[in-house]
Amino acid sequence: MITFMNNSDSEEEPCNERTSLMSAESPPVPSYQDGLQTSEAGEAQAHRKRRAGSSRSPNNTAGGERADTRVPVRESTLENEEEELTLKYGAKHVIMLFVPVTLCMIVVVATIKSVRFYTEKNGQLIYTPFSEDTPSVGQRLLNSVLNTIVMISVIIVMTVFLVLLYKYRCYKFIHGWLILSSLMLLFLFTYIYLGEVLKTYNVAMDYPTLLLVIWNFGAVGMICIHWKGPLQLQQAYLIMISALMALVFIKYLPEWSAWVILGAISIYDLMAVLCPKGPLRMLVETAQERNEPIFPALIYSSAMMWTVGMAKPDTAARGQSQQPWDAAEDGREHHRIPSHTDSQMSEMRSPVPTHPITSLEELEEEERGVKLGLGDFIFYSVLVGKAAATASGDWNTTLACFVAILIGLCLTLLLLAVFKKALPALPISITFGLIFYFSTDNLVRPFMDTLAFHQLYI
Amino acid sequence: PAFGLFLFTIARDPLRIIILIAGAFFWLVSLLLSSLIWFIAVKSSDPRDERLQKGLLIFGVMFSVLLQEAFRFLYYKLLRKAIEGLVALSEDGCSPISIQQMAYVAGVGFGLMSGAFSMINLLADALGPGTVGIHGDSQLYFLTSAFMTMVLIFLHTFWGILFFHGCEHRHWWEITAVVVMHLTVSGLSFCNPLYVGSLVPSYLLMAAAAAWAYLLSGGSAQNLRRFLLCES
Repeated sequence: MITFMNNSDSEEEPCNERTSLMSAESPPVPSYQDGLQTSEAGEAQAHRKRRAGSSRSPNNTAGGERADTRVPVRESTLENEEEELTLKYGAKHVIMLFVPVTLCMIVVVATIKSVRFYTEKNGQLIYTPFSEDTPSVGQRLLNSVLNTIVMISVIIVMTVFLVLLYKYRCYKFIHGWLILSSLMLLFLFTYIYLGEVLKTYNVAMDYPTLLLVIWNFGAVGMICIHWKGPLQLQQAYLIMISALMALVFIKYLPEWSAWVILGAISIYDLMAVLCPKGPLRMLVETAQERNEPIFPALIYSSAMMWTVGMAKPDTAARGQSQQPWDAAEDGREHHRIPSHTDSQMSEMRSPVPTHPITSLEELEEEERGVKLGLGDFIFYSVLVGKAAATASGDWNTTLACFVAILIGLCLTLLLLAVFKKALPALPISITFGLIFYFSTDNLVRPFMDTLAFHQLYI
Repeated sequence: PAFGLFLFTIARDPLRIIILIAGAFFWLVSLLLSSLIWFIAVKSSDPRDERLQKGLLIFGVMFSVLLQEAFRFLYYKLLRKAIEGLVALSEDGCSPISIQQMAYVAGVGFGLMSGAFSMINLLADALGPGTVGIHGDSQLYFLTSAFMTMVLIFLHTFWGILFFHGCEHRHWWEITAVVVMHLTVSGLSFCNPLYVGSLVPSYLLMAAAAAWAYLLSGGSAQNLRRFLLCES
């Protein structure tokens, strides 16, 4: 699954991060597994490839890590189980993704409904230079289309830039960039958000307390995201960042532009991931060639798999070799759904061998997480948030969009299980969401209003 | 109560959650189509003619009911196919979820969605200031709406079970009974604001449907007694 990166444009700085999607999450694993257990890795990979799990990318990179420990025992039964496990794990993975997406959307909708700041129009980002306050409909449409073109081209440029950087191994630059943008996100946006929420609820807070709270929040966030931290906390931070980013988008994108951009982005995602020359695909393939994890940043992982070796010494060796990749998703077998995140850095947590697993059975349970790019989170939340903000049908529309997006996500994951390679996560969900938004707002709302007026039930 | 149902019985199993959301989706699509029809009908008719509008509304409601049942049927077909796939994929040759459970979950999905759509704007408005029934309408608007919604959610659940059971065993009379019940309940709601006319029969129907579904699911008076007396 590929989720493309969105540049997060803040009005302050063009700190756009594009994270293209990463389909093959676990390229790195094979590489250093090789060092450790070459034979097993080979088997594991082969066997992983056969695994139907949705989390496998064709390159079987993900499988490598985990597989090694289990390979000897599983080899024979894997073939058969592979098919069986697909759906069994499939449902679990879907839920593992449902929950964070739902949480993110809930946060965004709750904020939009209560805090007035995010629905006021206070200007636009520099990436959408054309204003929509024009008198005629045609002019407005034209402006929104132009805005979209500008935005998409910015995104394309950023993605290509990132791919080039990655190709030429300018890792430090990329890491620095990601760190900078996550810094900004965690501190600045949180400050603004907190300020607005406190204003809405008329709660007084003095500056020292605020400073303390934000400092703690930001520092822990940085550590969690870029380094090590408990899984739940990292997931929570990623959700928070996505929600903040989505709120920024909702506030600063003019109405029609937002919808057109959503549509265009899903088309772009589709092309960037599936076309052979698409930047995201190139990114994925390059990462797979090098057997490195594709950018750990900007991806939400639903489970951490520790690639723990069978024996203790392996664990130690593995632990050390993992350090160089700060955002490495070691030992994860998931399919990834690469996405771009706008200046968000969600580094995958480096798998810290918190529990040295020495038995195959334990390792077995940990497998299979699913990865979804943060850009996907952001755009889903933007869609639902915009529905909550601007629809006159209020909650019905929001609810309809929510269900539509979840179903889209389900279908996408199903396709992922079928195709077993990186797929764009946006198009189906966004298409459903858009269809449902427009139809619910215009068609269902009058119907339901009339029904409610007469208190009729259907 | 519906939410409690959801928490206790569905939230554990991921497959059920997916079926639930898909059920809600199907209901939503049926609503969409029916409101499309109604919208077209309204737009192409005279907006000033009250009787016509009311007639159109009734037509819209009935049509929507029929569409909902049609979509329930479609959903049943989809779930049948899915079950076959699940059986093929499962380890021990039997599906991780039975068709009855699916029927239950699908019913809850439909019910939740329909209940949500009926109630949620009301709830949002209820949070704000205002007086109920200030223009001479009934003062019990919120209460009755709440009860009606609850009965409808439960009814959808039971109808789901009955419907799927009917489809499974090809008891066409069961299916028609469900459709007729649904039409009846919707029709009864036309009696509003004469609440006696709509709420009481609806509850009676719900009790009947509940008992029927219970019996169909293999329950019996004995089981019930054992359950209530906490015997082993």
